[in-house]
Amino acid sequence: MSMLKSADATQAETQFRLRPKPAPPAALFRFARRYPLGALGGAILLAMVLTAIFAPWIAPHDPQATSVERQYARPGSALILGGDQLGRDVLSRLIYGTRISLYVGLLSVGIGVTAGTLIGILSAYAGGAVDLVVQRLVDALMGFPPIILALGLMAALGASMNNVVIALVVILLPGATRVVRAQTLSIKELDYVLAARAINASPLRIVLRHILPNVAATYIVLSTITLGFAIVVEASLSFLGVGIPPDVPTWGGMLTLGASRYVNIAPWLAIFPGIAITLVVFAVNLLGDSLRDVLDPRLRGGI
Amino acid sequence: MREYAAKRIGLFIPTVLLITVIVFVVMRLVPGDPALAILEGEGGGIYTQQDLANLRAELGTDRPIVIQYVDWIGGVIRGDFGDSIWFRSPVMGELNRRIPVTVELALLSTILAVLIAVPFGVLSAIKPNSLLDYGARSFTLVGIAIPQFFAAIILILFLVKAFGWLPPLGYARLGDDPLTNLQQMIFPALALAFYEMAFIARVTRSSMMEILQEDYMRTARAKGLVEWIVLLRHGLKNALLPILTISGWQFGRLFGGTVIIETIFLIPGIGRILIESIFHRDFPMIQAIIVIVGLFIVTINLLVDLLYGWLDPRIRYS
Repeated sequence: MSMLKSADATQAETQFRLRPKPAPPAALFRFARRYPLGALGGAILLAMVLTAIFAPWIAPHDPQATSVERQYARPGSALILGGDQLGRDVLSRLIYGTRISLYVGLLSVGIGVTAGTLIGILSAYAGGAVDLVVQRLVDALMGFPPIILALGLMAALGASMNNVVIALVVILLPGATRVVRAQTLSIKELDYVLAARAINASPLRIVLRHILPNVAATYIVLSTITLGFAIVVEASLSFLGVGIPPDVPTWGGMLTLGASRYVNIAPWLAIFPGIAITLVVFAVNLLGDSLRDVLDPRLRGGI
Repeated sequence: MREYAAKRIGLFIPTVLLITVIVFVVMRLVPGDPALAILEGEGGGIYTQQDLANLRAELGTDRPIVIQYVDWIGGVIRGDFGDSIWFRSPVMGELNRRIPVTVELALLSTILAVLIAVPFGVLSAIKPNSLLDYGARSFTLVGIAIPQFFAAIILILFLVKAFGWLPPLGYARLGDDPLTNLQQMIFPALALAFYEMAFIARVTRSSMMEILQEDYMRTARAKGLVEWIVLLRHGLKNALLPILTISGWQFGRLFGGTVIIETIFLIPGIGRILIESIFHRDFPMIQAIIVIVGLFIVTINLLVDLLYGWLDPRIRYS
């Protein structure tokens, strides 16, 4: 989880004031004013979502259409970002690649962080043997570098988009479980939970009414911050050729071809997808850091 | 200290066992039959029933899974990870040659990262909000966001354009030809160090900022010590602990990054053979590499924790 540490310390240093809850548009405006970098990150992410949704209308060419005369077309000529080794339009492939990155990223984070949150709450709340077993499993899973664990899973499952999602879920699970467990352990001892227990509320009720709402902030922050990480791992797997099959336009897959054989003659094949990945991760990190400072300053340094 | 060490080691053993179980189970996730997968993947599907039975017996997949695990773990304890399907020889024979290469890459990269990041971290802590601080922090932000493979490609592109340098096709061992070896390893190590650098610089900065507020820093200045001695002997020395932990921890994590860097820079380490083995469906090799990396990392983490506990008594009692 080291990738996910705080980025903009200046912003973090200036807040901590209690304030009344403003209406949603006003809240957005306040957020943007107080955390300009976070808002910038959110705007980039929003632009990416819109690009993914409207890809067929935005893309100037068919991402799969090959053409002999456009092979290695320089950027700025007939094609804005140039053509690849088969004469396909780099810009259009980048635009369609947004869909894959977002789909895989959001799906794996959605499943992985949600499941991790539930397991974390269960582990902390049940305590005892359950907690012990879950924590040892988390320790063991965190013993592997995420990419190595993902590679092992891809080797066993085979290269496909759904298997990439499965691999990502497995590597996101332990981190989310650990953070949420720690959070739940401290909430569990707070007065209102003790009060609920004193009036004989059922464990299910305590978890649903008292614990879940209080880990919601952690959940949102975790999801945002891990999204960037998931996108990079997906790109790394595709880059290594064991992720999403190469006929699908993905940012990582575009880099593979651009990087290995054509970097001398056509550096743009590597540079543009690389910039796209970096920009998105950058945006997600900025947004995640600001969200963390707004929603849950206690997490600083913890994730 | 003894109690702390005992507790920490007590947690280590079940983790190690679980790591082997996880890898073993993951490798059995191959849909259907690994023997079938290997034969169909490699030879285009031309094989006899006898080949299939032979390969099953060779892989041991014709026996119950618990027996397979016990058999395998018995070998692992003796350092025997079975035979590679691709090389037709013991897995460890090949890995013994490759592990030192990867360790060298990771070590070199950690050294580079610390040497570059710590001075920057200290300087930006001394003069917060200066031009240098902003520069170092922007670099940190980008360094964390930029994927390793992209950093490596940019570096190659730069080297190609500026010096006509290309990743060498042959590889010189450190023992045979240290100078050529270093020439070959320095750029991959630098590419690998990029992320780590960003991270260490950030930890150094925040750790140093905290220490600059301490009373003993004021005392040191008050008794008339030269500023740089105050900063080095009283400041950095105390700030080193978190830096050390992070570096040790990152050192283990680097083994993930070596997969990518070795593939790009054509370095014959364990990362590259892991990728090749995935393409060859060489399951015993994949299994061995993942277990070795996992064990290596939990061991490093254990050592870092013990060292930390030894250096800072507060840790032992928390």
